[in-house]
Amino acid sequence: MKTRLVHWFKFSSPQNFYFLAGRLWPWFAALAGILMAVGLWISFFVAPIDAQQGQGYRIIFVHVPASQMSMFIYIVMAAWAGLGLAFNTRLSGMMASALAPTGALFAFLSLVTGALWGKPMWGAWWVWDARLTSTLILLFLYLGFLALQSSIDDPRRADKACAVLALVGVVNVPIIYFSVKWWNTLHQGASVSLTAAPSMAVPMLWGMLTMVFAFWMYTIATALARVRNIILDRERHTEWVKHAVE
Amino acid sequence: MQWNSVSDFFAMGGYAFYVWGCFGLTAVVMVGESLLIRHQRTELISQLRNELVSESTSL
Repeated sequence: MKTRLVHWFKFSSPQNFYFLAGRLWPWFAALAGILMAVGLWISFFVAPIDAQQGQGYRIIFVHVPASQMSMFIYIVMAAWAGLGLAFNTRLSGMMASALAPTGALFAFLSLVTGALWGKPMWGAWWVWDARLTSTLILLFLYLGFLALQSSIDDPRRADKACAVLALVGVVNVPIIYFSVKWWNTLHQGASVSLTAAPSMAVPMLWGMLTMVFAFWMYTIATALARVRNIILDRERHTEWVKHAVE
Repeated sequence: MQWNSVSDFFAMGGYAFYVWGCFGLTAVVMVGESLLIRHQRTELISQLRNELVSESTSL
């Protein structure tokens, strides 16, 4: 038991994690590329036309992956931030900061692809609906995190302040998820859930799931590649960084 | 196969602007973010190398 703990904590050192991330991220990037190619092929050539929305429904193959990613990234970011507060590990704050820009981009993509879907189907780019409004708040939380991070010069203090913001903001994620159940919204309910059979055709479901996994792999690759930059930047005065950049 | 011709594919049943707008923007964001991370890395490494050189010459 004790040896296993030692083994895992080895990677909480930024130096070890820098090299581990460097070995891992190309594999995740390759997986993302392959899954993306398969997912796009299913999205456009296998999935049939929708009876109600025609070809316009194909927006689902980027809208759903981007939206679920924006929520999951926030939870993972808050978990890293919480770990950092609890154990005072430097790497946790770096991981939270590495995830925030990607989460913000996915929240942005979720809103824009939603608008591009809403206009032809609902007749409006935007409505002040519970699902849409809570997703907009998610984007503001990400932007607040990034702004707070860059406004505090000492990275360790910035990590602590951002961790509190991330943990308080996590309450918004279940609100987004359940908004379509709790309130009468224009936005449709979940197409896929753990408790009920999916309410969509099988090829559509496969296309969507493949794209979801592609987005996951993209996010992992991106976060690992970005955390390497953050580690180099923050550890710039250490001997190992000087050796690494030589 | 879902499409009768190439132009049929690009027309997306009249939803071309919305569908290609979504996929195009997502592609631009993902490629852009990847390039930005790579750019930041090369900038950072050259900056750190310069610091190393100035340190060793000031000694």
